[in-house]
Amino acid sequence: MPSVAAEHRTDTAPTGRKPVKLLTPTGHLGFTPIEPDSFWAGVAQKPDFIVADSGSCDIGPHALGADEAASPRTWQEHDLELIFTASRRLGVPMIIGSASDTGTDRGVRDFAAIIRELARKHRLTGFRMATIYSGQDIGALKRRVQAGAWTRGLDGRDPLTVADLERTDNAVAVMGVEPILKALDEGADVIIAGRACDPALFAAPLLQAGYGRDIGYFAGKLLECASFCAEPFAGKESILGTVDDDGIVLAPMSGYQRCTPASVAGHAMYERSNPYREYLPGGYVDMSECVYEAIDDRRTRVRGSRWVPGERYTVKLEGAGKVGERALMIVGIRDPNTIARIDDAIAWSRRKVLERFDGPRYQVYYHVYGRNGVMGDLEPVKEIRSHEVCVVVEGVAPTRAEAMEMTNLAGRNFMYARLPGLKGTAGAAAFMSDEVLPARPAYRWTLNHVIAVDDPLELFRLEFEDVQ
Amino acid sequence: MSTVSLAELASTIRSKNAGPDCITFDIIFKDPEVYERVKASGAMTAERICQLYGIGPERLVHFGAFDPARAFKFAIRRARPSGSPGETDVMGSQMYAPLLDLQLPASVLPPPETASEESKTVA
Repeated sequence: MPSVAAEHRTDTAPTGRKPVKLLTPTGHLGFTPIEPDSFWAGVAQKPDFIVADSGSCDIGPHALGADEAASPRTWQEHDLELIFTASRRLGVPMIIGSASDTGTDRGVRDFAAIIRELARKHRLTGFRMATIYSGQDIGALKRRVQAGAWTRGLDGRDPLTVADLERTDNAVAVMGVEPILKALDEGADVIIAGRACDPALFAAPLLQAGYGRDIGYFAGKLLECASFCAEPFAGKESILGTVDDDGIVLAPMSGYQRCTPASVAGHAMYERSNPYREYLPGGYVDMSECVYEAIDDRRTRVRGSRWVPGERYTVKLEGAGKVGERALMIVGIRDPNTIARIDDAIAWSRRKVLERFDGPRYQVYYHVYGRNGVMGDLEPVKEIRSHEVCVVVEGVAPTRAEAMEMTNLAGRNFMYARLPGLKGTAGAAAFMSDEVLPARPAYRWTLNHVIAVDDPLELFRLEFEDVQ
Repeated sequence: MSTVSLAELASTIRSKNAGPDCITFDIIFKDPEVYERVKASGAMTAERICQLYGIGPERLVHFGAFDPARAFKFAIRRARPSGSPGETDVMGSQMYAPLLDLQLPASVLPPPETASEESKTVA
């Protein structure tokens, strides 16, 4: 493995390290407001760090591609205000990752601006803020690929090509622990990071305290979704993780949740295909020998995670690119004859669209709710069992005007579908409203790859600011 | 053969994105005995999952049991990345529904005299 920042920290650390308490109130800061009661209960436990991730690729490619927040600014302010005021009053660092849903440079700048406003509002100045940028210049990535950089496509994708990058409007690199650790080492009290591996946010303070990547990243994996590691199911409640030489103890801060061996192990395998491995820059956490042990009714200790270094240090790239402008139309159908012949009605609509809009840049999708509107091709129930169905027509075209016109044409033609046996000759469909709804532009995930780098810091830029 | 549905046996049946290209599925059993009996029955197989979702084996990844959580786990590769035009479930969070009705042999239920309180309530 290439040299990494802070090499003096080994992965099999000596004993005698101080326990570190990490408080996390949410698995996606800003996505839905944090529950304050359990957060303040956690603050009363005097954590050493408050940590929260604010991003996810679950929200689809639009937010990254268009570089827009997926969460309302008021909710982001709400969550940041809780964490910022608590961290300043406790005098402990706060670490926020994947700022503003996507971790683009815009997201980092937005969150840093919110922090400055909160500092003025609460007269809590005199702290050091680090911002870590992870946005990538598409031209620079192209040059890396052209120069023969080692890359690999994830989940069955081919290695990265220049063509993939040419379809990309925005790209971020997903940082490991190193840039965050560097920010802590340089005395940051508030860290606003761009796109980051969720576990890296928690691993940074643990590595700084002398713990290894084995427990550092594993603790982060367990804590990154906050109360999802507890039962009964609840979001946005705080969890306290205490790491010592004997692993990590998870404790819920809300009165009604429990961290049980089953709930914690169930979360350890969440959102990943392989339940035993968490892949990170430079290697993976092997969880196959982990032991989950109840301390009491509400707390669980986990030990036994291992760090397995990879052959090369790789960083994940996420990217999204615009496909076209997009519009929607909602069509209702109640006539059993039309429902029985829904495929003929769709074929009629599609034929009318093709007469005016032909070619790969014009796409129409028919979402048939009542048949397979939720699951699409993965739906095992093939027949329609409902007395009514809803067709949502989705049209994608190069311009907004074309998308609106094409979607209108596709939707309205359900009225005129020429179906055998039709008795309702005044119209074969119902419109909730005879209107086409402008929708957000269509994007697609263009990058889901890893790229090898010589230095874990080379795709990231750190800035420091003393907020007075 | 008398059967019992997965919904009656498992306490959690869920699906969620694992990155933009995969959806991961978790089936978690509260009762350790039920979990062991389901595992021993051989009724949960990759073939059944492929059949249920109408997919070829190349789209099913990492099918298997995960003892620490008393769970079965698998992932399905998406036909196109999440949120692309034509998307129906951007987070993959409703894709578990067909699993609820998956029928297993009733013999996976523990015999009544040895059943725990939890398995009695589902029997």
